[in-house]
Amino acid sequence: MLQRFHKYAAPMHFHRLALALSPWLFGISALLFATGLFGGLVLAPADYQQGDSFRIIYLHVPSAWMSMFVYMVMASAGAAGLIWKVKMGDIIARAAAPLGASFTFLALATGSLWGKPMWGAWWVWDARLTSELILLFLYLGYLALQSAIEDRRAAARAGAVLAIVGVVNIPIIHYSVEWWSTLHQGATITKFDTPSIATSMLIPLLLMALAFKSFFAATLLVRARCEILAFEQHTAWVREYLRAGRPS
Amino acid sequence: MVVIGLLVLGMGLATALILRAFNENLMYFYSTSEVSAGKAPTARDFRIGGLVVQDSLQRQADSLTVQFVLTDLKQQVTVRYTGILPDLFREGQGIVANGQLGADGVFVAREVLAKHDENYMPPEVAASLKHKPDESLTRSAP
Repeated sequence: MLQRFHKYAAPMHFHRLALALSPWLFGISALLFATGLFGGLVLAPADYQQGDSFRIIYLHVPSAWMSMFVYMVMASAGAAGLIWKVKMGDIIARAAAPLGASFTFLALATGSLWGKPMWGAWWVWDARLTSELILLFLYLGYLALQSAIEDRRAAARAGAVLAIVGVVNIPIIHYSVEWWSTLHQGATITKFDTPSIATSMLIPLLLMALAFKSFFAATLLVRARCEILAFEQHTAWVREYLRAGRPS
Repeated sequence: MVVIGLLVLGMGLATALILRAFNENLMYFYSTSEVSAGKAPTARDFRIGGLVVQDSLQRQADSLTVQFVLTDLKQQVTVRYTGILPDLFREGQGIVANGQLGADGVFVAREVLAKHDENYMPPEVAASLKHKPDESLTRSAP
């Protein structure tokens, strides 16, 4: 088992695995998106306070969760590359960064659209919104660093250090609504208590969360494949692959 | 590995200290008890948060000026505001107002934001819960 796991730490084998897995993941994610959106936008009842406007939760909450989840994936992969010199770690971290930045942007944008009708403001500088904005800047900083440093290995090292340092922001985002008085409300689901959302509204939300997760996994594999080919462009197997159209 | 461990530890410690130092500025609003106790600034704008007391909302007949009472279930502060209230503004609901405390103890708001709680449910469920005191409203206040 461990032997097999080790095998996929080698870019060539990972490339083959990614090629086989990503179509399945895209299929699963499309299915989950269809059921989750139908459940959330059609089947779920309107909220007692917010009416139909609360339905943006089905995009906002999964993207906010993903913005933090992808950051942890990026930082752990970067750490693995930095500490144990796992090349796939560097590749995964680099492939995950633009996806994480997109989820963060989506969380901020949908939150803003939700904030205007409900709170009465597009944006407020409370601790939750500010720490999420810092997360976006961390992603953008990582991406800028990757483009600024020509040598891929040096870029991966510098990026990993930035990503690891930025991890301190993740608990701050999560607990900001408890530590400080914020305009953003407290946690509905991610707490040691029963979720304070009706089951008929919760199920589509969890389906959407799974849809986002599988979409991320599928997209990450596609992006990782491109990164592998770029990283390994001078090796025999990549040249062989590009000529034959499939791994040797 | 040790170096990275130390780096993370150091950053965590530094962040914790910075957050402690900035604690007050990270507070988005003051509670009505803090305002009543004179902890809020007097010469400049600040935000006050709390629940709108039931039946406290008074509208002036010929203008957009409204007056209502905020509470954190301990102390009450009267707020005056001229403008359009957000959709979620309701008696019993949490709000945050930005403005200044007048000499007469009335908070004159320039902006009123509605704070909603973390509970989502269909109207039927909310109606059946009506007879119970709603704990969530007190929880969302500081």
